[in-house]
Amino acid sequence: MPAIAQYPNYSMKKLYSFILAFILLASASVFSQTRKLPSVDLKTIDGTTINTSTFNNNGKPMLISFWATWCKPCIEELNAIFENYSDWQKETGVKVIAISIDDSKTAGRVAPFVNGKGWTYDVFKDLNSDFRRAMNVGDPPMAFLIDAKGDIVWQHVGFVEGNEKEMYEMIKLVAAGKAIPTKN
Amino acid sequence: MRIELRVEKVSNHKNKTISFFILLSLITLMNSVLAQDKVSPGAIHGNFQGDAQYYNPDSNINAPLVPEKMLMNGYANFNYESEHFLAGLRYESYLHVLQGFDPRYEGSGIMYRYLTYKKDQMEITAGSFYEQFGSGMVLRAYEERGLGIDNALEGFRVKYTPIEGLTFKGVIGKQRSFFNYGPGIVRGFDGELSLNDFLKSWSEKKTKIVVGGCFVSKYQKDADPIYILPENVGSYSGRINLQHGKISFNSEYAYKINDPSFTNHFIYKDGQCLLVSATYTKPGIGLTISGKRTDNMNYRSDRTVTGTLLNINFLPALTKQHTYQLATFYPYATQPNGEMAGSAEFFYNFKPGSTLGGKHGMNLALNFSKINSIDTVNTNNEKGYTSNFLKIGKTIYFEDLNVELTKKFSKKYKMIFTYLNIIYNKNVIQGEEGIFHANIGVIETIWKMTDKVAMRTELQHLYTKQDQGNWLEPLVEFSFSPHWFVSAYDLYNYGNEIKDKQIHYFGVSTGYTKNAVRMMLSYGKQRAGLFCVGGVCRTVPASNGVSFSITSSF
Repeated sequence: MPAIAQYPNYSMKKLYSFILAFILLASASVFSQTRKLPSVDLKTIDGTTINTSTFNNNGKPMLISFWATWCKPCIEELNAIFENYSDWQKETGVKVIAISIDDSKTAGRVAPFVNGKGWTYDVFKDLNSDFRRAMNVGDPPMAFLIDAKGDIVWQHVGFVEGNEKEMYEMIKLVAAGKAIPTKN
Repeated sequence: MRIELRVEKVSNHKNKTISFFILLSLITLMNSVLAQDKVSPGAIHGNFQGDAQYYNPDSNINAPLVPEKMLMNGYANFNYESEHFLAGLRYESYLHVLQGFDPRYEGSGIMYRYLTYKKDQMEITAGSFYEQFGSGMVLRAYEERGLGIDNALEGFRVKYTPIEGLTFKGVIGKQRSFFNYGPGIVRGFDGELSLNDFLKSWSEKKTKIVVGGCFVSKYQKDADPIYILPENVGSYSGRINLQHGKISFNSEYAYKINDPSFTNHFIYKDGQCLLVSATYTKPGIGLTISGKRTDNMNYRSDRTVTGTLLNINFLPALTKQHTYQLATFYPYATQPNGEMAGSAEFFYNFKPGSTLGGKHGMNLALNFSKINSIDTVNTNNEKGYTSNFLKIGKTIYFEDLNVELTKKFSKKYKMIFTYLNIIYNKNVIQGEEGIFHANIGVIETIWKMTDKVAMRTELQHLYTKQDQGNWLEPLVEFSFSPHWFVSAYDLYNYGNEIKDKQIHYFGVSTGYTKNAVRMMLSYGKQRAGLFCVGGVCRTVPASNGVSFSITSSF
């Protein structure tokens, strides 16, 4: 019986300390409204290592899209972007970086798959989801828009046909150096 | 006696949690100090996921009774990041855990929390972490939430990059098992060298070479009254990744010393696994061929557990992961005790304007995989069997030949044709009688009706003379960009020999997405089956009810 009496008490205390710690941390981060890309090692298609802190598009916007070869909406998203990619690049200079979260089961498919689709994105592999965790990505697809200063200014989860239009509106704002409306 | 033990355990855990928060608070303080020095103060980000389901009783589909009526899994991650410090935790709650997950996920708590310091060439993590050496054949700590897998290590990890191109990693810890830790200690070391980064003279070479190697050892006390079991079990591997222009070659070979366990029936045989893969690819075309031989490679930090628990290594399956529902009926799960696997895949992009590509282009994907047993001869001694490395065993475990054709007819209209031919050995994969042969066809259409409204339909059919016979599934989905979608399906087992079992599993769902928030509400019947990700599967019981899920990232 004592164990049963102890249990809820223990959970409550744990919960309180959890909330307390979070408030403390949150109050510290009030200073900072912007968010940069976390620095995480990824694999290139060649098999070498690249750190996300080296991502750079010379002051033009970057769109980072998390996808996998087994994720249908992800492929639809990257297809939809690719249909417009050359226009988008001409008008805004945007660069799309596709982060594959395929693990070692399907990671070998990534390069031939990308070529089979004809995509010309920069593709990197996040083999054990380290970058995915650092970016708080749950189920893919999830896309992040990075501005000239390297701040993450917009994120979007999921994909349905037509979402690429909304995405492009955001890219145009960022390319023009405008803020993304918070109400959006 | 049991009660006393439990109280002690709980208070121990509490102390741990509290000390962790003291550390977190310390970092916060440091953070504010840093802020005053105009050093970047960092920020908190995270995400939340909640999946709830209300269960209706339904004896017709054999849905188990759920006395709580409603169940929910919830996860919230909070990550703090600054230039050199990272800290974070995940609060998880299973009240009670959803049907189909292991019921040992019970209650709420924090099992994932970490502190990381990184500067220059060094990175140190204390607490929980995920890690993978090479392809993971020797060590992989990972999470696959959809399967309820989380074997995060709890301990220390150090990463060190003394020179560009050379990385060392060292880990020590115990593996998570639900709201506890496995009994064994896992220790590992990994080194990786990228020649093109390491040697200046190689930096411009067209040939890229990366080599690596690792050693992992687990310790678990031998408490067995009869057997003398090895308490320290070592496993190691070497790997190479070669790339020359359009051609690449990858291979990893892993070896494990004798490791009698429940899953290998306590034989004292060494284990090994070889993975080889070659790829040719250039814009518009891709070809990849892989082979794998696995022999007695179950490697867990508790020799008594089975299923997906406390695996130290990860043995990737070479089969394609399908997404259409009927194509996922017969999924393969890696057989760590032994398998000979081969696969080949071909991708081709018929460019717009070419003969077959037509005006808008066409994509082709061809895939074949076949998995057999390894050839074994029983030895009637403690080693169990001997096996000829190159000989393929006679038993077929799995075979899958599939083709997918994506054809765009206009800017607004696209179709995807898929055909699969599958042989599935249920006896080996699920431990139940039956070898099934199935043919599956799917026609998918995507029609962009306006700039914002799109209609997607699927017509799936599965043909088999075994198991539950034929299935048919029409599905329709409307999406209203940027926020809404609605869909409906009817999965119909019209070919079931038993008239009463010719069931319609229908369902409807709707979802709303706004930036990083997604909500989904579904109602329907779910068929019992295997749900798999990456060659690892969990069985899902049949259910009938309403489910709601929400994900949000901040």
